[in-house]
Amino acid sequence: MSILVNKDTKVIVQGFTGSEGTFHAEQCLAYGTDIVGGVTPNKGGQEHLGKPVFNTVQEAVDATGATVSMVFVPPAFVADAVMEAAEAGIELAVIITEGAPVKDMQMAKAHAVKHGMKTIGPNCPGIITADECKIGIMPGNIFKKGNVGLISKSGTLTYEGANQVVKEGYGITTAVGIGGDPIIGLSYKQLLPMFEADPETEAIVMIGEIGGDLEIQAAKLIKEQITKPVVAFIAGQTAPKGKRMGHAGAIVSGSAGTAKEKMDALEAAGVKVVVSPADIGKAVKEVLSK
Amino acid sequence: MNIHEYQAKQIFAQYGVPTPRGIVANTPEEAVKAAHELGGNIWVVKAQIHAGGRGLGGGVKLAKSIEEVEQLAGEILGMTLVTHQTGPEGKLVQKVYIEEGADIKDELYLGVVLDRAKEMPVIMASTEGGMEIEKVAEESPEKIVKVAVDPAIGFQPFHGRELVFGLGITDKNEQKKFMQFASKLYNVYMDKDAEMIEINPLIKTGAGDFLALDGKMGFDDSALYRHPEIEEMRDISEEDPDEREAAQYGLSYIALDGEIGCMVNGAGLAMGTMDTINYMGGTPANFLDVGGKANAETVAKGFEIILKNPNVKAIFVNIFGGIVRCDRIANGILEATKMVDVHVPVIVRLDGTNAEEAAEILANANIPNVIPATDLADGAKKAVEAAKGAK
Repeated sequence: MSILVNKDTKVIVQGFTGSEGTFHAEQCLAYGTDIVGGVTPNKGGQEHLGKPVFNTVQEAVDATGATVSMVFVPPAFVADAVMEAAEAGIELAVIITEGAPVKDMQMAKAHAVKHGMKTIGPNCPGIITADECKIGIMPGNIFKKGNVGLISKSGTLTYEGANQVVKEGYGITTAVGIGGDPIIGLSYKQLLPMFEADPETEAIVMIGEIGGDLEIQAAKLIKEQITKPVVAFIAGQTAPKGKRMGHAGAIVSGSAGTAKEKMDALEAAGVKVVVSPADIGKAVKEVLSK
Repeated sequence: MNIHEYQAKQIFAQYGVPTPRGIVANTPEEAVKAAHELGGNIWVVKAQIHAGGRGLGGGVKLAKSIEEVEQLAGEILGMTLVTHQTGPEGKLVQKVYIEEGADIKDELYLGVVLDRAKEMPVIMASTEGGMEIEKVAEESPEKIVKVAVDPAIGFQPFHGRELVFGLGITDKNEQKKFMQFASKLYNVYMDKDAEMIEINPLIKTGAGDFLALDGKMGFDDSALYRHPEIEEMRDISEEDPDEREAAQYGLSYIALDGEIGCMVNGAGLAMGTMDTINYMGGTPANFLDVGGKANAETVAKGFEIILKNPNVKAIFVNIFGGIVRCDRIANGILEATKMVDVHVPVIVRLDGTNAEEAAEILANANIPNVIPATDLADGAKKAVEAAKGAK
């Protein structure tokens, strides 16, 4: 078991024939992801990486039965691509592209919700179910199969966390990089209950950062609904106020969105909060050997 | 990206958001000319810097004669203005805005920002104009009216009614004017891909008109590609030169006041590295995300920028190699140490794909300054020790 994606998930790639799309689609195929085709307007009918190319998402869905789309189109076209996927009946769009305008994402997400399509990202490493399905840009070899679910706003911290979990002798069910933009798709609030319901997942690691209040909402939800142990790290305890720390959403505005308030809220909800990401692995071991 | 008050008011004017008339000036002579052109017998001379609190810092002054305009412009131009938002080093004033005096009856607050939880813009209004909105939110949150606007329907009359009734505006004529004001401001926010707009204060004049006495705007950097007119308003002198230089090389850099330089791939891990250094008893000198493609050139540039800071006593290179293999990154780091004279200890932690090969490359290179580390904790610990040893 796992959440959202597994070995049977049929995936198409939007922006399939571009350099990024090509490189990462190749890596995903090598991992074993069932990529059934891709979409690049005006290249319909061609073949790329041994898979069919379509002009529109609707054509791709009709021909292949794909339910998930991995989006690699340039930032200016992300909203268009996501809304097209939503109307074509895609169930989950994983948006890797970095730098999509916030206004575009507001519109695209609202449209996705209206059509019942889930989204992950933008500006994220994607989602991986260990040994089954990798939809994104993460190095697959780090994610050994196991019993820990992982949710993270940061790409490299996802790898760092997964690597530590594996080094402690555990492994990953599914890892989801949710991205650090101001507007993102699936977040802790939706993903935590999915891991709670997944019989294979025995513990959950959540990695957050300064800015916004998603982690605070998560703390509330954990208190009410999550019985599995949760380990959390919040990046940016030493970040200065009012400065954007790399991610568009990673900014403490005024006194809101600090690491401290998030860590306090999570701790109060019974979460094992670590001060340094170097302690994620150890903390997982601690909560799982209880 | 942020712009100056005078630029924000130029944009307001294009959308019919009422402001007092004003003219920007670079010299006292231009200020005098501006005052003549505006006419009247009272003017405000306002320092143009990207920071709030200018009035309290002495950057906004009232002039009652042309001579006074000249004198005040002379004083303010070239001064280093220190406000609660500039930091103790302050900001050099290079432009002043000469504005006609206004008949202030009431001071209000009006702003538009993204509500991240609701995922739509929210208009915030308050009767407590002139005060820092953060403070109002803390001390008397009931005095702030918040109205979220779904972009799918845009600003509707009911949004306007929620605002005016929330503010206690009872005069029908004034209600109408305020609703129009807010509606236009919402249009500015949406059309220009603004990240935030703040008018503090927004004034009501004796005649019952509403005017933007101040104007602050920030924009979504990701959307600037479709707003060349905004990009043109960029004032480079308001930006940190090192941050700007780093950005030109695809690096995200922010200077801090500690001793350990950090070079990391990924924003989250970069913050996590700073946090770990702090946890181990050291102090980070900067945030630096070298991005997904850490190669010899970007690492060399990173070293160069980090070492501009004289407080740096050690550098911690913390890279988690994923798709980019660690052995290649190790070679890149070694190459970079040849390109830049790195005179402080460099602690290198490479983990991920091919980490063992990378460790071997670093060990065999035998560069005295380069200290390999096995993991994040080990690297941070060694960096803190190296920085302490260097004292």
